[in-house]
Amino acid sequence: MMQHLPVLQVLLPLLGAPLAALLRGRDMAWGLALLLTGAAFLISVILFGLQYSVGTALIYDLGGWPAPLGIVYVIDAASALVLPVVSGIAFVATIAARRLVEAEIDARDHALFYAAWLLTIAGMLGQVTTGDAFNIFVFLEISSLSAYALVAMGAGRDRRALPAAFNYLILGTVGATFYVIGLGLLYMLTGTLNLMDLSERLAEVESTRAAFTALAFIALGLFLKMALFPLHFWLVPAYAHAPSAVSALMAATATKVSVYVLIRLMFGVFGVEFNGLADAIGVLILTLGIAGAFAGTLAAILETDLKKLFAQSSIAQLGYMAIGIGAMSLTGLAAAFIHLFNHALMKGALFLAIGAIAAQAGRASMQTIEGAGRQIPITMTAILVGGLALIGVPLTAGFISKVYLVRALLEQDFWLLAGLTFISSALALAYVWKIIEAAWLKERPKGAPVLVETPVHYVPAWLMVFATIGFGVFAGPLVDAAYAAAAVFIGGAR
Amino acid sequence: MGADMLIFALLGLPLLASVLVLVLRDRPNLRDGQALFIGLITAACAVNLYGTADGETVKLLTLAAGLDVSFTPEPLGTLFALVAGVLWPVATLYTIGYMRGAGEKNHTRFMFFYAIAIHAAMGIALSGNLLTLFVFYEILTFSTYPLVTHKGTAEAIQAGRVYLGILVASSVIFLLFGIIGIWVLTGTLDFQSGGILAGHIDPFYVPFLLGLFAFGIGKAALMPLHRWLPAAMVAPTPVSALLHAVAVVKAGVFTVLKVAIYIFGIDFLRQTGSSDWLVWVASFSILAASIVALTKTNLKARLAYSTISQLGYIVLGAALATSLAASGAALHIAAHAAGKITLFFCAGAIYVAHHLTDIKDMNGLGRVMPVTYAAFAFGALSIIGVPPLAGAWSKIMLMGGALDNGHLLVLAVLMISSLLNLVYLGEIVLRGFFAKPTHKIGAGVQEAPLSMLLPLCLTALMSVALFFAVDMFILDFGG
Repeated sequence: MMQHLPVLQVLLPLLGAPLAALLRGRDMAWGLALLLTGAAFLISVILFGLQYSVGTALIYDLGGWPAPLGIVYVIDAASALVLPVVSGIAFVATIAARRLVEAEIDARDHALFYAAWLLTIAGMLGQVTTGDAFNIFVFLEISSLSAYALVAMGAGRDRRALPAAFNYLILGTVGATFYVIGLGLLYMLTGTLNLMDLSERLAEVESTRAAFTALAFIALGLFLKMALFPLHFWLVPAYAHAPSAVSALMAATATKVSVYVLIRLMFGVFGVEFNGLADAIGVLILTLGIAGAFAGTLAAILETDLKKLFAQSSIAQLGYMAIGIGAMSLTGLAAAFIHLFNHALMKGALFLAIGAIAAQAGRASMQTIEGAGRQIPITMTAILVGGLALIGVPLTAGFISKVYLVRALLEQDFWLLAGLTFISSALALAYVWKIIEAAWLKERPKGAPVLVETPVHYVPAWLMVFATIGFGVFAGPLVDAAYAAAAVFIGGAR
Repeated sequence: MGADMLIFALLGLPLLASVLVLVLRDRPNLRDGQALFIGLITAACAVNLYGTADGETVKLLTLAAGLDVSFTPEPLGTLFALVAGVLWPVATLYTIGYMRGAGEKNHTRFMFFYAIAIHAAMGIALSGNLLTLFVFYEILTFSTYPLVTHKGTAEAIQAGRVYLGILVASSVIFLLFGIIGIWVLTGTLDFQSGGILAGHIDPFYVPFLLGLFAFGIGKAALMPLHRWLPAAMVAPTPVSALLHAVAVVKAGVFTVLKVAIYIFGIDFLRQTGSSDWLVWVASFSILAASIVALTKTNLKARLAYSTISQLGYIVLGAALATSLAASGAALHIAAHAAGKITLFFCAGAIYVAHHLTDIKDMNGLGRVMPVTYAAFAFGALSIIGVPPLAGAWSKIMLMGGALDNGHLLVLAVLMISSLLNLVYLGEIVLRGFFAKPTHKIGAGVQEAPLSMLLPLCLTALMSVALFFAVDMFILDFGG
């Protein structure tokens, strides 16, 4: 049983999806989704523990065919760290989904909603687990296609979800196509798709133009999928007009998985020593990362719709992860993993709290929350803590992210870039405080709808808030795990 | 009690008070009484801890490898803890009188965040490394924000934006930058006597690193990062006392001094000449703020600019980088705290008793409020630096430090500044006692309530006591 866990992790939600589509009756599909995401979370925590105690990668041969002939699933320090993020967020988002989906989606579509929901989760878990480059593409498409459907389901409440989903589909497909073209080049050059095998055989053809072209295609495709500036325009409308539960799930996980895949391919296959990687792609990623950090933050400051505001902030946060990757060092990669983890917690908390408001009021804008600090203090406090974490206030997870990110930059003597990172993180104060002022320092306008909160509304968000604080105060294990994950791809002294 | 118990008491008691404030929110007398009582115990603990040198490090928690929240008592820190600890109960008593007398709302929220701010100040004072200091520095910023915006008016919200904007932005852009820079350069964040930086950095870069701290510590209100302090004047007067004397700006200059002494090391700073530029920036801040103070007729605004000028003295003491100047700067933290809190208490008393805020309306007020004005005169004279009041000593020591370092021009700066102090503070006292009332002020003595009068007399006497007991407050930082 234990040795099958890597594949069960993916199979459970994947097989549960068609089952969910068939289930009728109130909450049946939701119950199944909750059960399966809960199981996936449990499995990923066990896998993390197993991998940690063994210390080396756990390899699972699918169908008993060993690599490089068969497809393998690999649980190493990196995938073991990312899996609990995805499955944990999925689990908490599923808890919250019951209420949010009831409020926002037609009852007839619930079964289909949860089918797509489970599929997208299965796709994400699959991308993280698999050790096969083409398999990654398959899972990427599984998660993306179901995500387009999920975003489009926001149309019942907000017609703008349809163009948002369509744009997302077009750009997502472009990204996936770029990826698969790059993959084709690699296959042509090496004759293999197994990631480990690829990295060994690539060494022979390292200096060819085709190999570099493959890298460029793959990187560009993944930049699009991870919404790296300036390829991020699909993200904001998709998050903003999707059903609230979908916004929460995707904001916290979807782009992170692409970040992980980018790291896996850039460092795991091509390697940091790869011709032109550090000076061409590395510099590009650093530049786009810091540009994205500013662009996202400034756009967030101007935004009045809360979902859009925090979606813009995600662009900035992805920029920080990109900066960590672009630093091309052990600490940089560790910082990227730390922030990948922490940002999932903060954005999960924020989008779940905002979702609770949007599901009641129809939307969540600066106007909706005016004076809400007294009406729904617990929900608004969740937003406050999440916002403080985004700024990087100490004792929140965001602080740890920032410290390690800047440390990585200073170790490489990127002093200017470190300064810019600080400035953009300070600017986050402007958009967070806009919300705080509206909620606490303004009076609730007369005639504004009365917002309510019961444990159903705030418990999911607060689970994430506690995690945000917990990993801000006791960050030691996370930092160690992130360094271990980074060490899978890159050597160097800690 | 051992030093570690005292540290936990100083950190824990204000937190306990804040919790009890919430618990007792429906019983105002009990709520305020317990805050006062816990304040007195805190003061006693601070007195007990004062002077502890080479104390054991107490580790509270570890965020990650190399990032500890830990506390180490050392002379400078225990001095700041003493200032905050002793002034807290006095300020609490005053707050009780003021909030009731001026009819302010939301007492519970106010008392709650006031206590949290004291907790944060204690954390800063006793911090054993830069990370701990930064954590509590930010707690102090965020916990005082609701106090600054207490009135909830548009003006208060605007002031809150300036307050938070400058303090948070400067700290996360420059201060944190400096801290992580130090971490990467030296591999440690611990405060150590003599500093930790020597030998880890090319002296060419030291002035820049020092700049990250001098301008990153926005609470030190070094020009041009001073705007938050006058903006925060819209808050109720007890907040001004907290900002100007008990916790906030004192935390700022304390941090500057602590970093100069225990991270850079004053010998290292002097030998490399890295802080020379800061001498001039601080001198500019001293003079410019004094001149601005002259132009202000709102009493609290004038006092605010006076504070900015006085904070410059302490930064100057750190920048002069001699043992004598550093000791003078440390003494000035206590001396200015006692003096300035008296002045603000008086300003609040004037507001509560007569609803006056403009200096031009206060002609002849001294005859109506003789006790308040006498206390004001004590505070003012101490700030100016007239013996037998505390400010005299710190100024003399700073002058000595400037001489040691050959900065003769600084002597001139200090003297001109004293003159300016005399003009802008003296005017208030003279108008009060000798000018003819231009405004309708009732006849006979009309003082503020006793719960306000008592604290301001106490703090006025502290300025005198500090002068005579100055031996106890001169710290030796070697070098």
